[in-house]
Amino acid sequence: MSNSTRQNSPSATGPLDDTKVRSLLQDFPILARQDGEDPLVYLDTGATSQNPSAVLDAERDYYEHSNSAVHRGAHSLAVTATDAFEDARRTVADFVGAAENELVWTSNATEAINLVAYSFSNASAGLGGPEAERFALGPGDEIVTTEAEHHANLIPWQQLAARTGATLRYIPLGEDGLLDEDAAQDIVGPATKVFAFTHVSNVLGSVTDVPRFVRLAKKYDALTVLDACQSVPHMPVDFGDLGVDFAAFSGHKMLGPTGIGALYGRYDLLKSMPPFLTGGSMITKVTMDEAQFMEPPMRFEAGTQRVSQAVALASAVRYLDEIGMENVHAWEAELGRRLAEGVSQIDGVRLLGPAPGTERAGLVSIDVHGVHPHDVGQLLDSKGIAVRVGHHCAQPLHRRLGINASTRASAYLYNTTADVDRFLDALGDVRPFFGLGGASDGERQ
Amino acid sequence: MSDLDQLYQQVILDHSRRRTGEGLESAGSRHTAENHQYNPTCGDEINVRVSLDEAGDRVESLTWEGDGCSISMASASVLSEMAPGMSMGEFATTVDQFREMLRSRGQIEPDEESLGDAAAFAGVSKFVARVKCAMLAWVAAEEAAKEAAL
Ligand SMILES: Cc1ncc(COP(=O)(O)O)c(C=O)c1O
Repeated sequence: MSNSTRQNSPSATGPLDDTKVRSLLQDFPILARQDGEDPLVYLDTGATSQNPSAVLDAERDYYEHSNSAVHRGAHSLAVTATDAFEDARRTVADFVGAAENELVWTSNATEAINLVAYSFSNASAGLGGPEAERFALGPGDEIVTTEAEHHANLIPWQQLAARTGATLRYIPLGEDGLLDEDAAQDIVGPATKVFAFTHVSNVLGSVTDVPRFVRLAKKYDALTVLDACQSVPHMPVDFGDLGVDFAAFSGHKMLGPTGIGALYGRYDLLKSMPPFLTGGSMITKVTMDEAQFMEPPMRFEAGTQRVSQAVALASAVRYLDEIGMENVHAWEAELGRRLAEGVSQIDGVRLLGPAPGTERAGLVSIDVHGVHPHDVGQLLDSKGIAVRVGHHCAQPLHRRLGINASTRASAYLYNTTADVDRFLDALGDVRPFFGLGGASDGERQ
Repeated sequence: MSDLDQLYQQVILDHSRRRTGEGLESAGSRHTAENHQYNPTCGDEINVRVSLDEAGDRVESLTWEGDGCSISMASASVLSEMAPGMSMGEFATTVDQFREMLRSRGQIEPDEESLGDAAAFAGVSKFVARVKCAMLAWVAAEEAAKEAAL
């Protein structure tokens, strides 16, 4: 499929260290360091990641050599395009421990979660026949989520509850910054039909004990939906092993392009679910009155698909695979530790979520006493450090933490310990810049 | 002066810490109205209460309550120092001038004569993402004043 003599492999593989990461940086045009320039310290991967040339080339290569309509038409270019598309599906499915017919392409994780919620909604309205009844919700049924969710894994469930009359409940965050496991035991029960939770919190960096929640849900025959947006890019993840029923992730957070994400669904479930979006490419027989639908995953892929993005995402996955997700995970755990310990030592800075020493992804969110996150971000930006400020699409979580917004630094395989140290140095300058000294004089007069 | 120092002029830093007009004052006249503004991108919010004189043509007091970044809090503070005593016409002109300066991407030299301390926000105009912060209280005040005059 590819003609290219281009260098598509990562410039370093195996266990990562600063030297190897510096070689990897050459693969990322936007991060490549130019002599004399103050290098960009990109610590906003939690929002979106940067792309290696291999990914950009794959997308271009597809358009230059394979572009055509997939699953339609009989000419040979259409066959090439369809092969590229389905090969991408196999690659990405493999990467997350799914069979190829268990991976549905979506625009992003948000759409993937909505797909599940709307399919359940359709089942609740009687669509999909008796097979789909297990997905139907109504008054008396409960949907359980958590206080730590991204809005993408909260609002679709609020809306589903509103459409069906089901009740939405949530597992609160404990004082230790982790989800309250005891409360979970009380909240998930016989009325629970759906249990939706995040794998890694995009704000706290905390990691959910997924098998434990899955066991709890199974006890009551509840369906589990995992938000894997912040786990799949950063650690080895096998949905089959985890035992979840559904999972969602986004390509743009894992070196891939925007516009592509995926829903994982256990095949026996997908098979009995009614579709969400309908139209071309997802039907078998159509009359003026009704239509029959294809088997999954195509049943859930209405309309012309995001082929170049899927191909590019597969290239991102191959890039990650070559480095090895164990290695990515180990490196980010080290950066996460350094971040958590570092911010904890700065006067007037509060680390949100679990204390240093608790398992965390390569990210920290902080509250700087007396300085608004917007101002923190501005100061860091003036020193070439890109972080995220705001509520990170998790307003209820911030409210629980007693704040409106926070500052988040999130790392990836292209960040060095020097990046972390530059961030920490700059963070140490923030309160003095705003005229605040020790930890206690943050109050306004 | 660096862009950052222009953004965070001393006047702004001072006002963000020692705020004028914070705490909503109870209505002095029948011409009193309140307006709430919210910036969903950063969660900043403000309530501004404007009271006019009995005739409804002069600002008597402007107080506020809010939560936000140094720029948004300082601009509320500066406004509540400037506005009392202004006629409705002067008030509207000042808000327009302030808005125009902020939208100029650093192109408009502020008229310190008429803008006073508010001229210190000229540096904000180079930071497009922060213009909303500086405008938040002013928009709320503009709306509240219109309503109070009714
Ligand atoms: C935990 C989590 N869930 C869901 C999302 C939504 O991802 P997307 O906007 O790509 O659909 C994000 C990304 O912002 C996230 O971090």
